Amino acid sequence: MTYQAASGPVEALAGISASIGAGEFVSLVGPSGCGKSTLLRIVAGLRPATRGTITVAGRRVTQPIPDIGMVFQAPILLKWRSILENVLLPAELAGKDPAKLRPRAEQLLEMAGLAGFGPKLPRELSGGMQQRAALCRALLLDPPLLLMDEPFGALDAMTRDDMALELLRIWGEKDLAREARKTVLFVTHSIPEAVFLSDRVIVMSARPGRIAADLAIDLPRPRTVELRATEAFGKLNLELFRALTGKTSMGTAL
Amino acid sequence: MKKFGAISRQYWPTLLLFAFLLASWQAAVTFGNIREYLLPAPLSVWNALWHGDTAWAGHLWTTTLEIIGAFLMAAVVGVALGVAIAWSPVLANALVPFLVFVNTLPKVAIAPLFLIWMGYGIFPNMLMGALIGFFPVVINTAVGLSQVEPDMLDLGRVFNAPKWKIFVKIRIPNALPYILSALKITATAAVVGAIVGEFVASQRGLGYVIVTTQSSMNTSVAFAALVWISVVGLVLYGAVVLLAHLWAPWAEGVD
Repeated sequence: MTYQAASGPVEALAGISASIGAGEFVSLVGPSGCGKSTLLRIVAGLRPATRGTITVAGRRVTQPIPDIGMVFQAPILLKWRSILENVLLPAELAGKDPAKLRPRAEQLLEMAGLAGFGPKLPRELSGGMQQRAALCRALLLDPPLLLMDEPFGALDAMTRDDMALELLRIWGEKDLAREARKTVLFVTHSIPEAVFLSDRVIVMSARPGRIAADLAIDLPRPRTVELRATEAFGKLNLELFRALTGKTSMGTAL
Repeated sequence: MKKFGAISRQYWPTLLLFAFLLASWQAAVTFGNIREYLLPAPLSVWNALWHGDTAWAGHLWTTTLEIIGAFLMAAVVGVALGVAIAWSPVLANALVPFLVFVNTLPKVAIAPLFLIWMGYGIFPNMLMGALIGFFPVVINTAVGLSQVEPDMLDLGRVFNAPKWKIFVKIRIPNALPYILSALKITATAAVVGAIVGEFVASQRGLGYVIVTTQSSMNTSVAFAALVWISVVGLVLYGAVVLLAHLWAPWAEGVD
């Protein structure tokens, strides 16, 4: 999958050009208002790019494409539907038979640690569990591309780290060959989160959003909790921090 | 569902206050020498309810029909207008100023016109109730249909869902609690409308009974009519609350 985007001042993105390989986990880090979320929506075909083009799987994106799964900062589950019905919503919206996808939905819920929660209403689940249900919903139609817009931004720090591990597990970092994994474009504010999850981190600068750095994260997979304490992890964090702030030492930033 | 014990614990202060007020009222009338035509005692109201010569069943039936008709008309027309407003910006621009104008009219002032146009009967009184009660339904329907998280709508667009599907699967269920809470207001407005209609022009109904007691100074009958009106109003209100409980349980506060 490749995407190239460049758009005018309205979207406040300028001269962005990058391509992402299939099965790659790429994080987009940047300050608030740098256009990360806008870029994600342009990739999804939800917002028009005033200039430039996006190509997903060789096809130019001009309107919403069904080959993507989206996860937002809030779970945005429908309050009146059970968790299972929420996970099945994409089938209904896309005009598919939800009954046929029910086994898959149940399998996804089980994989996300939500076995038995299918009949519950969203309000009966914690924030982290709701977000996991939202991830199941995004995965229902098995999209090759997963777009995630600060999906763990509203969670507390501990749940957030747990969710990062869960995401990698569900993504199939252990079980699947690289080509068989989904391509993930992950927007976040958190440098450590980006480093922990990604094969590659793209740093965007503030308005107009430009690419300030594009760094490969060659840490071994599967990623573990211990990885966070290694020197290599720290170095990558620092490097990205400098790219993000344009400063050469942590001290001057404080 | 709450247990009976919990319910009685919650409501005994209400019952106690009600009993106290009735007892004070009875005592005030009995010992205070208040004349019957000014303020009848609760006991004489009770007598008027069950042993008087007013044929309550017929009046009650007429007024109940008017109230239910008014409520249903307000609900159907209100929801339809709300959907139209939320569906199309053109319709919204056309309808909203007009509806605001209609709503600012004092509806009671139109009642005599209804008599001129439609004469006596149940229907003009229904219409009066509907006219008083429909506006909150329009507004709440339109608001409920529009107040959907933008991300939720993006989700619909990702799957190229047609507009009607987004309406049926997302917007309408989202609006349901809003509509039901407007219907609670409509339930009381329908009662007001029906009675106002009967005051202006009627030959039957609880409002008619009240008007006729004015000339006969039969105040206890007027009070008895009030009791019936509040019974009908409470039953309708309770039905809407029950409906909300059945249709939109997710919108209720977490116990």
